[in-house]
Amino acid sequence: MKTWVYIDHFKGEVQAASWEALGLGKTFGAVTAVVLGAGVDAAAQAAFEYGADEVIVVDDASLADYRAEPFASTLSALASSSTPDLILFPTTARTRELSAMCAVDLNSGVLTDVSALSVDGDKVTVTRPIYEGKVLEKAVCEARPQLITLRGRAFPKPARESGRAGALTKAEAKADVKSTVEGYSATEAAVNIGDAAVVVSGGRGVSNNPALGLDEKATAQKGFELIGELASVLGGAVGASRAAVDGGYITYAHQVGQTGKVVAPDLYIACGISGAIQHLVGMRNAKLIVAINKDAEAPIFTQARYGVVGDLFVFVPALTAALRKRLGK
Amino acid sequence: MKIIACIKQVPDSEAKVKVTENGQVTWGDAPLVINPFDEYAVEGALQQKEANGGTVTALCIGPESAREALKHALAMGADEAVLVSDTALDDIDSLGAARVLAAAVNKIGGADMVMFGRQTLDNGAGVTPPQTARVLGWPMLGWVGQIKVEGGSVTVERVLEEGRQTVKANLPAVLSIVQSIGEPRYPSFMGIRKASKAAIPVWSLGDLGIDAPAAAVKRVEISNPPVVETVCEIITGETPEAIAETLAEKILAEKVL
Repeated sequence: MKTWVYIDHFKGEVQAASWEALGLGKTFGAVTAVVLGAGVDAAAQAAFEYGADEVIVVDDASLADYRAEPFASTLSALASSSTPDLILFPTTARTRELSAMCAVDLNSGVLTDVSALSVDGDKVTVTRPIYEGKVLEKAVCEARPQLITLRGRAFPKPARESGRAGALTKAEAKADVKSTVEGYSATEAAVNIGDAAVVVSGGRGVSNNPALGLDEKATAQKGFELIGELASVLGGAVGASRAAVDGGYITYAHQVGQTGKVVAPDLYIACGISGAIQHLVGMRNAKLIVAINKDAEAPIFTQARYGVVGDLFVFVPALTAALRKRLGK
Repeated sequence: MKIIACIKQVPDSEAKVKVTENGQVTWGDAPLVINPFDEYAVEGALQQKEANGGTVTALCIGPESAREALKHALAMGADEAVLVSDTALDDIDSLGAARVLAAAVNKIGGADMVMFGRQTLDNGAGVTPPQTARVLGWPMLGWVGQIKVEGGSVTVERVLEEGRQTVKANLPAVLSIVQSIGEPRYPSFMGIRKASKAAIPVWSLGDLGIDAPAAAVKRVEISNPPVVETVCEIITGETPEAIAETLAEKILAEKVL
């Protein structure tokens, strides 16, 4: 089966799930990685080191800022001339768009957010969650190429082999610019809770500490500082419930749940989150869930393996200290 | 300014959706509602109507019962609604839906912006908005949290994992709207009255002048996810420090770190 893997990156920073896709592709045989952008030599080299046998690079100024149209037209043109059977993508906001548009160009189908798959010859059957993970769907794409985006952390990341090389093919960009990028603000500095092995999240409870004598938002900031310290000791990322985002305590990029991000880390610690269904659908696939909440009746405890009924302002620093000691940090 | 808000009807988020013994999806007697993500699209469309003048048309593919979702959009303030309904659409995939929506957008005619929610609660792929843009040949502006129209162009702020990106495109354009646009307004009493009286035209594929799109994506099987019985162990102790020590031990013993 002729397999391509699209390496998704933002300004040259590659999403870890791209390497997971490369690792999965390798299990079917030789793999070609496709890297589009401007100044992407490092990403192309990394693709070899993570296992690509061939890397197709399109390095063009028109691809400096990601926009769906020129990326889709370029990838579609490459795929129509080389006819891969399968193109794997990591699942990100960008690749949902990109794979979707390529499916239009190539008159094929796209299957997103795939958590498992099986292969029979060149036919791939995927498993993907529908109805927010309440039901699992097995589906196939009968056209070619099969466009499949993989859920982050659902497949193992291959080991990196430093200095590994392969066949590098340079290709041309296809002009299809329909918009201009006027600016970019990184105030929410690279929050990628989807890739994190550990996520420590805060909810409405982070604003509840009258003893501090601060207003709601300042209290919440203190709360998120404590959560950030715990996340940092665990090498994890900070998440949040919708209530915390709506309260203006933290930015939307951190939001876990139905209208935020679906995450499946190895460890999820929910602090001061009651556990509305909209939050639970975003984190219930974590391997280990720990909940800290003042309210012993909070629904979050129905999903957690371990729970602590108490004040996060008291307990989170204690847990940070206990873990720091054990992890030698 | 003519804006089309594309919506879908889905089972409510609280619904206990499961697969029956004969392999059908069921949500019992849980209500069908407008897809919660699409309420942001309607909200964004109404904000732009207020800012620039014009009209908002709600557009939906679905069975007759999907009228209720369109009525919700009308009650929020949309001016008109169109339902595309045809039994030949039962097994379409996302690309098929995009082709049908693009045909309906063209039949409505004169649209400056087509707005979607980020994804639907049922399929959850989020690929229909970019596919519709591609079929129409219009620019796609996804994950939009702010919109400003000036002259013949639109400038949006896209809310992405890595930060906020400001992007400008010529109209007409397709947008998908996220939560940062603001809380969707509640239907007003007047709105509900107006919606209950509104005539909602129903278009078939024949009305759109297209054949049923063939589906590349086929569902093979659906199943209920394995049931994981989680019993929560509440950690107790004399002091927070003692509880923290016990919990830290237990977390490390799980070997997830």
